[in-house]
Amino acid sequence: MPDQFLFATEVFINGLMSGVLYALVALGFVLIYKASGIFNYAQGVMALFAAMTLVGIMDGQVPFSHIINSVFGTNVHHFGWHVPAMLAILLTAGVMVLFAWLVQRLVMRHLVGQEPIILFMATIGLAYFLEGVSDLMWGSEIKKLDIGLPQGGSFWIEDMTAGLGSDNFYGFFIDNLDMVATVVAALLVTGLVLFSQYTKQGRAMRAVADDHQAALSVGISLNFIWVLVWSVAGFVALVAGIMWGTKSGVQFSLSLIALKALPVLMLGGFTSIPGAIVGGLIIGVGEKMFEFAIGPLVGGATENWFAYVLALLFLVFRPQGLFGEKIIERV
Amino acid sequence: MFYREAGDFKTSYEQDNQTFPIKFDRYRYYVVLAIAFLVVPFVINDYWANAILLPFLIYAIASIGLNILVGYAGQVSLGTGGFMAVGAYACYKLMTAMPEVSMFIHVLIAGGITAGVCVIFGLPSLRIKGFYLAVATLAAQFFLVWLFNRVPWFYNYSASGQISAPERDVFGILITGPNAPAWATYMFSLIFLTFCALVARNLTRGTIGRSWMAIRDMDIAAEIIGVNPLKAKLTAFAVSGFFIGISGALFFSVYLGAVEVGEAFGISKSFLVLFMVIIGGLGSIFGSFAGAAFLVLLPVVLKVVGVDVLGWPTDIVAHFQLVIVGALIIVFLIMEPHGLAQLWRVAKEKLRLWPFPH
Repeated sequence: MPDQFLFATEVFINGLMSGVLYALVALGFVLIYKASGIFNYAQGVMALFAAMTLVGIMDGQVPFSHIINSVFGTNVHHFGWHVPAMLAILLTAGVMVLFAWLVQRLVMRHLVGQEPIILFMATIGLAYFLEGVSDLMWGSEIKKLDIGLPQGGSFWIEDMTAGLGSDNFYGFFIDNLDMVATVVAALLVTGLVLFSQYTKQGRAMRAVADDHQAALSVGISLNFIWVLVWSVAGFVALVAGIMWGTKSGVQFSLSLIALKALPVLMLGGFTSIPGAIVGGLIIGVGEKMFEFAIGPLVGGATENWFAYVLALLFLVFRPQGLFGEKIIERV
Repeated sequence: MFYREAGDFKTSYEQDNQTFPIKFDRYRYYVVLAIAFLVVPFVINDYWANAILLPFLIYAIASIGLNILVGYAGQVSLGTGGFMAVGAYACYKLMTAMPEVSMFIHVLIAGGITAGVCVIFGLPSLRIKGFYLAVATLAAQFFLVWLFNRVPWFYNYSASGQISAPERDVFGILITGPNAPAWATYMFSLIFLTFCALVARNLTRGTIGRSWMAIRDMDIAAEIIGVNPLKAKLTAFAVSGFFIGISGALFFSVYLGAVEVGEAFGISKSFLVLFMVIIGGLGSIFGSFAGAAFLVLLPVVLKVVGVDVLGWPTDIVAHFQLVIVGALIIVFLIMEPHGLAQLWRVAKEKLRLWPFPH
């Protein structure tokens, strides 16, 4: 096989893997949007906050230590213990549920019935707020997140595929972490589907997504469902935060993946879980292939905008995305 | 008592149609203009100009522009930073290519070029609406920033990839470059702000403004009563782009002097201007001023209180600033979704009845 083709295949596979990570973030958006019609811009910052909290709990960091030290003149930084990863993940999930409840109680409840754009703005405000809080709580330096996931290229795959090309082809380089992420994403989606199909709460969630008033009239508590949805979105954010955090360190740029998830959503449709996944894969593959094929001709770094332009062009022909509900307007 | 229509007799159609129908408002407006043009330039110093007044004037232009698009025409845009960058780079190319032409003309042409770019990116608005459009404008934001970063022609092949404003003067007075006096940069920006506000105010009162508002309130209904959506939406994008381009050009040439595109015109700039519009009040020219003033003053006040009075480290204050801005936005949306402009309107209603409210 020609090397160029093999390189392209490698780029394609890596694109698929990064697409899975985009899809993970996009999933959280879809959940909240379906259940409450809120376009939650804070999803990316929630991932950042979850990852930071996880690192903080694992290292036994004292929350708000920076403020405490500068106000009282003390010098506390660490409790001096290390929490095992599984327990820390559980605790962080608890924090995300608490956060979901607070958001619902203090913010969203007061904004029921407002226009979607106002709700969107509120979540941008929430994103700023949460970003400030997580910096104050855990400090803003870049942190290393290591919960024991395998990292680095897979030698096995490299050895297996090295024989395919000529001498200067060394086999496919595929990150172990990306493969773990793919498996985790698959598990997560399966879990979500099972949850929404076969449990009482899951069905209630779907009922609310379908029609608020009808759901209210059969006795489903909207408040409870919204807390639930925000909690689930918080959990998805935690998973995304772990994956991205392990890959590139826990830092501010983590919150920017929310912006990357937007074109994924537009492509897949705001209201469809399969859409989020297919959209993520298309964007992941598309931007990697574009950078591989066209990038060197135009100066590189096309990954910054390719996804948006692709989504924009796509939307002009199909305004509701690939799998979105058809937009019907009535006067 | 003093704030009412009674006793202010209108004897011509022009008087009946003026911008400020109440005498007190009219005089207040003249007084504000007089102070801004005749008093401030004589007392201004470098700190006030660079920390507060220049950013206020320039952001006010940008938020008037965005308010036309979001508040009047209802087309949500997250591409403001990218469009400001177009204004800045257009201004830079014009300044370096034609040094002898007046800066006034350069800034206006930069606005015109931005209007054109804005219309191109506004074309999808005919097909897509709401959030989808908001995200589509992100394409403009990222693409434009990438373009100015990667294509060397735009920054005249300078080694650093930055653009820096050469010294240019108007009527013999320097207004760009590090040696420009504070009052000159202030006056230059003020003239543009006054011009933009007047144009915006009168456009939004007239036929075009009404067609924008009809589109905003319900585009299908507007189309049925004879508003041309193509024309209304694209004029909104064009006018908005014109103002945003002017503010980008001023931001680069008069205020910062040297610009690195990703830093100065990134996505956070788009959000900042959008916040100004929301906090100030959607669909209100006064709101654009109020929002710009609020978000320019807030960091300055927080810094003075936090760092100088309480003596906290600067990074904590910077994080607190995020928390406070975020919380304020949420509180504003909950308490007063129509922004500062609505508070002002309520105050005026109260004032009209004062001191006998019944």
